[in-house]
Amino acid sequence: MSQIRSVRRLATAAVAAALACASLAACTSGSSGSGSSSSSSSSSGSANKTVKKGLTVYFIPKDTQNPYEVLADKGGQKALGELGGKVVVSSGTQDTAAAQIPSVQSAIQAHADAIVVAANDPKALCPSLNQAAKQGAAIVAFDSDLECGSSPTHLFINQADTKSIGTSEVDLLAKQIGSKGDIAVLSAAASATNQNSWIKYMKVQLKKYPNMKLVKTVYGNDDPATSLTVLQGLLTAYPNLKGIISPTTVGISTAAQYLDTHKDVASKVTLTGLGLPSQMRKYVKDGTVQSFELWNPSDLGYLAGYAAASLASKVTTMTPGAKFKAGRLGQYTVAGPAATPSVVLGPPTVFDKKNIDKFKF
Amino acid sequence: MTTAVQQPPAPTPAAESRWLVAARSRELGIAALIVLVFLVTTAYNHDFARPHSIQQLLTGASLIALLGVGETMVIVTRNVDLSVGSTLGLSAYVVGDLFKHQHIPVWSGFVIGVLVGLLIGTVNGFVIAVLRVPSLVVTLAMLYVVRGIDSLIVNGQTIDPDAIPNAFTAVGYKDVLGIPWLAVIVALIVAFFGYAMRSFRSNRDLYAIGSNPAAAELAGIPAGRRVFTAFVISGLLSGLAGALFLSLHAQIDNSGGSGYELNVVAAVVVGGVAIFGGSGTVVGAALGAVLLNTIDQALVASRISSFWSEAIAGGLLIAAIAADRALSLRTARSLRRREGAHREL
Repeated sequence: MSQIRSVRRLATAAVAAALACASLAACTSGSSGSGSSSSSSSSSGSANKTVKKGLTVYFIPKDTQNPYEVLADKGGQKALGELGGKVVVSSGTQDTAAAQIPSVQSAIQAHADAIVVAANDPKALCPSLNQAAKQGAAIVAFDSDLECGSSPTHLFINQADTKSIGTSEVDLLAKQIGSKGDIAVLSAAASATNQNSWIKYMKVQLKKYPNMKLVKTVYGNDDPATSLTVLQGLLTAYPNLKGIISPTTVGISTAAQYLDTHKDVASKVTLTGLGLPSQMRKYVKDGTVQSFELWNPSDLGYLAGYAAASLASKVTTMTPGAKFKAGRLGQYTVAGPAATPSVVLGPPTVFDKKNIDKFKF
Repeated sequence: MTTAVQQPPAPTPAAESRWLVAARSRELGIAALIVLVFLVTTAYNHDFARPHSIQQLLTGASLIALLGVGETMVIVTRNVDLSVGSTLGLSAYVVGDLFKHQHIPVWSGFVIGVLVGLLIGTVNGFVIAVLRVPSLVVTLAMLYVVRGIDSLIVNGQTIDPDAIPNAFTAVGYKDVLGIPWLAVIVALIVAFFGYAMRSFRSNRDLYAIGSNPAAAELAGIPAGRRVFTAFVISGLLSGLAGALFLSLHAQIDNSGGSGYELNVVAAVVVGGVAIFGGSGTVVGAALGAVLLNTIDQALVASRISSFWSEAIAGGLLIAAIAADRALSLRTARSLRRREGAHREL
């Protein structure tokens, strides 16, 4: 409560600052912050096929501290840096939609050209984002999709399409346990949209492995202590468990630490999932975990940054088939015709003993 | 932890021994409930009684039980400390960061953890006892201030397992005669403070302050100093809990201990500590932590949806508070009756 209030107070301060700014003609005209004065001449022209300079893009991650989101934010900063714009990162310290609303409000007050958001709730942010869109901001979602319908329309940057993550995790585990035995999922929160849709596709893919059975999904709420307690409960409930998929960084690293320190369990249970290479390096090198996956979060933010800037400059649109260039990642095409226009970053990267030292995040 | 036995009470005036009996029966009740949950689950799934499972029952409750010791001392004085989770998180990160960048010796990790907690506890105690600001507000503010400082230091980084010395993480997973070191350490601390709260005059004062602050002041109890000390101890133990958290999980980002303050208050209240002060024991609080963790683990082990665990924890809280109320009403009535009888004589 009081955290929400304090953030709201910050937002109020931002409003006050914006009002103060409005009274000084000099700082309102650009509306895109510091870099605008030098580049306003080049960007004032009508939509030529280049991205405007001096764009302000608000990145609103799930929270400001999650290491994964921080890497994505940095990727976005890199993209806007290349494009001559700037990124403002703003969010709460906890993963709630309520903590993100003030950030959307401050983006509106700052007349942001685009908002890139990893929503903590698929619907709660829609009214605020719609307000921003009406003011002309392009809305881009990453990490976890929005369900706003057409108010506002947005582009979803898919880290790897949901299906290929669910599918590849099952394939990865099947390879390690000989496609046979009881398996379980150690997830984050029961309400996490992305987790649930991956699990849905895992179940679909499991039909190809008649001897593998998903016996249970447990929820560690991304808290190491809770993850540990439900993991032990799981091992007790299913003594013949052969494999665990944990599609969350806290879950997989907590489980890996447990297996690392309980070799008798590790000899029976195989662990894989989505993890950060830096957190998993030790366990992969000592053989506790053979392999796991992740997309490159920095690339994800980089792509989101390019997409946001291209949309804000009207270089591309949200209609399926529209194309835009994303710097060193090359050209991307907006996919449809599903409810949400989206762009897929690419297949997840598999990390194992051979390549893990190449990744420093 | 369940084996921490209460010492027989010293001969005391009738009213106090009556109170002690009530409090003691409360702990026995919780212990019985733990045994019941354990036996029922084991009957359903024999593997629940396997060593790894029992070890996790203890390990999983240890940190909350440790935080519960300080929290009990604070709540008994009719205050509350909501900054314990943030303190744990900051302490764990600072220690992890020093391991990663300064390669400090293993033992100093625990000392530094304690010092971080001590510092935060001292600030809490000073503002509450000296400046007389309500503890709910002060520690709620500290919850955010400390988490904010933590976030500034962390800056989106993580301390990864390969940065933590093996000798340090050994405390988190090694055991002695099958009992995890973590549980042994916490049990010793619970036993010490359990004894202190029964026998040391300065600690008995805490109950007097919580029962009736005005009367305690009139009786010459240095309330300010005692409350200050309670917050310092709570901070110190939270700092230690941070170091132990790091040794258990071998990694830390800025979210360590988020929301633990509510788990701790829940464990403490379920453990029979009256939320408005004046009664309760650290042993009860520790048993409360064990009970809540046992239920969490038992639900998964019995293949029941873990969504029930929060509902059950909430139900236990209400039951605990209702029991408190019933108990205090009965005590008050019996005291009045005795007083009346006294007058007749």
